[in-house]
Amino acid sequence: MYHYDDFDRKMIAARVKVFRNQTERFLAGKLGEDEFRPLRLKNGLYIQRHGPMLRIAIPYGQLSSQQMRTLASITRDFDRGVGHFTTRQNLQLNWVKLPEAPDILERLASVDMHAIQTSGNCIRNITTDPFAGVAADEIADPRPWAEILRQWSTFHPEFEYLPRKFKVAFNGAREDRAVLHAYDLAFQLVTNEAGELGFTVYAGGGLGRTPLLAQKIRDFLPWPHLLTYSEAVVRVYNRYGRRDNVWKARIKILVKALGGAEFARQVEEEWAHLKDGPQTLTAEEVARVSAYFAPPPYERLENEDLSAVKVDNPAFARWLSRNVKPHRVAGYAVVVLTLKQAGCAPGDATTEQMEAAAQFADRFSFGEIRTMHEQNLVLADVPQRELFSLWQEARRAGLANATHGLLTDMIVCPGGDFCSLANAKSIPIAKAIQERFDELDYLFDIGDLALNISGCMNSCGHHHLGNIGILGVDKHGEEWYQITLGGTQGNATRYGEVIGRSFAAAEVPEVVERLIATYLALRHEGETFNETLARLGLEPFRATAYAKDPVNAAAADQELIDA
Amino acid sequence: MPEQLIRHGHLEADPWQRVDPAADAASSTLPDGPILLPASFWLAHRDTLRQRVGTIGVSLAPTFRVEDLVPDLRLLPLIAVEFPKFTDGRGYSTARLLRERYNYSGELRAVGDIGRDQLFFLRRAGFDAFLIPESRDANDALLGLADYPGAYQAAVGQRLPHFRRRFG
Repeated sequence: MYHYDDFDRKMIAARVKVFRNQTERFLAGKLGEDEFRPLRLKNGLYIQRHGPMLRIAIPYGQLSSQQMRTLASITRDFDRGVGHFTTRQNLQLNWVKLPEAPDILERLASVDMHAIQTSGNCIRNITTDPFAGVAADEIADPRPWAEILRQWSTFHPEFEYLPRKFKVAFNGAREDRAVLHAYDLAFQLVTNEAGELGFTVYAGGGLGRTPLLAQKIRDFLPWPHLLTYSEAVVRVYNRYGRRDNVWKARIKILVKALGGAEFARQVEEEWAHLKDGPQTLTAEEVARVSAYFAPPPYERLENEDLSAVKVDNPAFARWLSRNVKPHRVAGYAVVVLTLKQAGCAPGDATTEQMEAAAQFADRFSFGEIRTMHEQNLVLADVPQRELFSLWQEARRAGLANATHGLLTDMIVCPGGDFCSLANAKSIPIAKAIQERFDELDYLFDIGDLALNISGCMNSCGHHHLGNIGILGVDKHGEEWYQITLGGTQGNATRYGEVIGRSFAAAEVPEVVERLIATYLALRHEGETFNETLARLGLEPFRATAYAKDPVNAAAADQELIDA
Repeated sequence: MPEQLIRHGHLEADPWQRVDPAADAASSTLPDGPILLPASFWLAHRDTLRQRVGTIGVSLAPTFRVEDLVPDLRLLPLIAVEFPKFTDGRGYSTARLLRERYNYSGELRAVGDIGRDQLFFLRRAGFDAFLIPESRDANDALLGLADYPGAYQAAVGQRLPHFRRRFG
């Protein structure tokens, strides 16, 4: 992974000093709340229901074991022994104290970490595929490009005060694992006919109250132009994005208003002035950054035959089938450590779990860990011969629920228990669903299913992308939940459709169970939830969700279809 | 404390008088001496105002398209860019365009809701003068110019990005 040099270190050390000074001025009454807010947000500090929340940047989801241990120490010394991994691959602490925030930043800086631009109306933490560098379907490793753009976006002289937040993602594989179409600006690595590397560029995607898919604004951007072209995109947005209405201020609204083609034309016009200028990337710089992402010193191994262990140990076999992914190097595997234990908030890890993950990384995976936007952790380079040991230890640490990609591997925002933006709680809904679906055989029978929950329209829980999406809404001061069906991420990314009136909290688990029962009753062999939905439409699902007697309703639908 | 002007890195007296005539006012009623006028007034009266070239600067609202002023840049010794709220960042793009694309070499002044926490960025965008409002401490604001030891990107005053200087 990338290692800071003296210059990088000086920059984040300066930021700690600047933020300490800002905090002192605020606490001394020299900086008003309105002035301090945008400044603290640029350091990831929100004021939440219980006090400040600190969002720590994990650039493109990449952590060393040492960094993970430091994060663990921060949760112990400054919080209540737990951290929350987010859908933007970051870490949030919910119980920090404002006067201690500069000390937290200082400890982060000691391991080359920070909270720079994790909130506020600026270019945010850049995200990517958690399987970067190890996936078999990769065209090129996206991480060097994400790091290069991270440096460019850090303390940018022109883009500190954009109309609204600005999120960038990279994907380097054939399968999109970075939700490119939901991003303000997104880069898909591609090669052209001449075999040269570049990017297909998308802009104007986003979730929130106006969910829009990003539009393609350039088929092929040769790699040397990554920075100059990005500067053109963000400049057009900075100048012409709306600033009169916070709900209309994202770039997606500008792209929609202009149309993708006209937006692209304006970008090209701006870029014509910047192209081939001094910010054009050099092969030397790309080689320098790429060297940090070179493959680790793999041993020459054969693929393991684990069939005997699997027969002896069905629980291990299940874990292998769900949480272990193929690796491009023989004898190695990619392991997902799930943060979705029953009774815990999805994405939460205790201090001890974080320390355990760091130890696993050191022992089994070259000392590195990734975070996923699905709020799990990844050990990317585990020798297959160590899988059984790792599984046993991860199980003891509560990191081995064999549910990756299943219904209970939910994406869930912190919701109304913590977040002051939320309309409704999301964690209790997640827990109630977990309880109802605690039967592993049943979960495996349902198969791949994405269930995503957001506590409000800001959509941190990516509910639009869930096969089943649940959104907390406020109705006359009460918490209600709207359900969408059919969302999906990946190359065929689409947003779900609302099925009808919203439900009370107590109804939600029952409704989810009815939806699932409908799917199981109506699916053809091998069909996913979304495939069944696409074949039959919303109606049978809607009918059972609102029916008095779900079983009969599903049966009645089946009869209708058979007829 | 009244507004204070930081220019070329230190506090200076401000010789410019801000005048805000109604758009339809006659240009003959303007006071003598260096005056700062809204850019819209300049554009409406530029033919008569040209007689006073050297004593007229213009002030740009955040929505002003800098492209409209390009033919007049060599006539204007001062351009002020307004920041009604420091969170409105359009003026940063305006400044970079003036300096980097249109080679404006006169005084470029940030005016409005600005202070210590913006100065480092404003200077890199191309501003060489900052009018610090009454509510803020200009001596404290000056310290902001030294907030960071360097920068990654190319900008005004730093033609090359850090990665091109890294290799010497």
